[in-house]
Amino acid sequence: MNKILFFAHLRDAVGEETIQLDLNGKTVAELKEFISEKYEIALTNVMTAINEEFASDEEVIQQGDAIAFIPPVSGG
Amino acid sequence: MSKEPIVIQDVIDKVVQRNAGAITTFIGTVRELTHGKKTTYLIYEAYEPMAVKKLEQIGNEIKERWSGVEVAISHRVGKLDITDIAVVIAVSTPHRADAYEANRYAIERIKEIVPIWKKEHWEDGEEWIGNQLETVAYPTGKPEEGDLNE
Repeated sequence: MNKILFFAHLRDAVGEETIQLDLNGKTVAELKEFISEKYEIALTNVMTAINEEFASDEEVIQQGDAIAFIPPVSGG
Repeated sequence: MSKEPIVIQDVIDKVVQRNAGAITTFIGTVRELTHGKKTTYLIYEAYEPMAVKKLEQIGNEIKERWSGVEVAISHRVGKLDITDIAVVIAVSTPHRADAYEANRYAIERIKEIVPIWKKEHWEDGEEWIGNQLETVAYPTGKPEEGDLNE
């Protein structure tokens, strides 16, 4: 299984902080497409992190990876 | 990362070193007016384990770019009122020019790669703030080297 984390406006839109999905072998792009359709949210400006490191859309998700959607940041 | 108010002196103390000729301190505070709109308070939230990693990465980038440098960064999360301190960055270097430059580098990088978000609350509403210009898109899903060096 894989844990998917949402932050800021994405968490508000999804209504959950985390969800669990089995994503073994799927790409980040495939996950993004699934999430944006299921929750009707735009992920075009949103970065993705796998296990706390930025990941490209082509990256393949492995069993147990934690995936986080990172909206444009506004710290500082 | 801190849920409690940041003690500026504690951050500065982390970079005190015998070879330093300068320590610069940046203090980011909560501003009341943004484009004429009055903020009542802010909520900062972070993806904390990744934020800590990215702050460490910024520290390492600074050590690669400037010699003899020490860096300490503390960022607040939770509810902050107007004038509260959101971030403190202390940099020490042998000479003052590097201390100013490296400190500026740290805050600009925080605004690019550290997963921290602020929700602005106004008298008539609230909103999560994206990047301050709302212009950056990442077609590949992550920031390119060029984006990160702007």
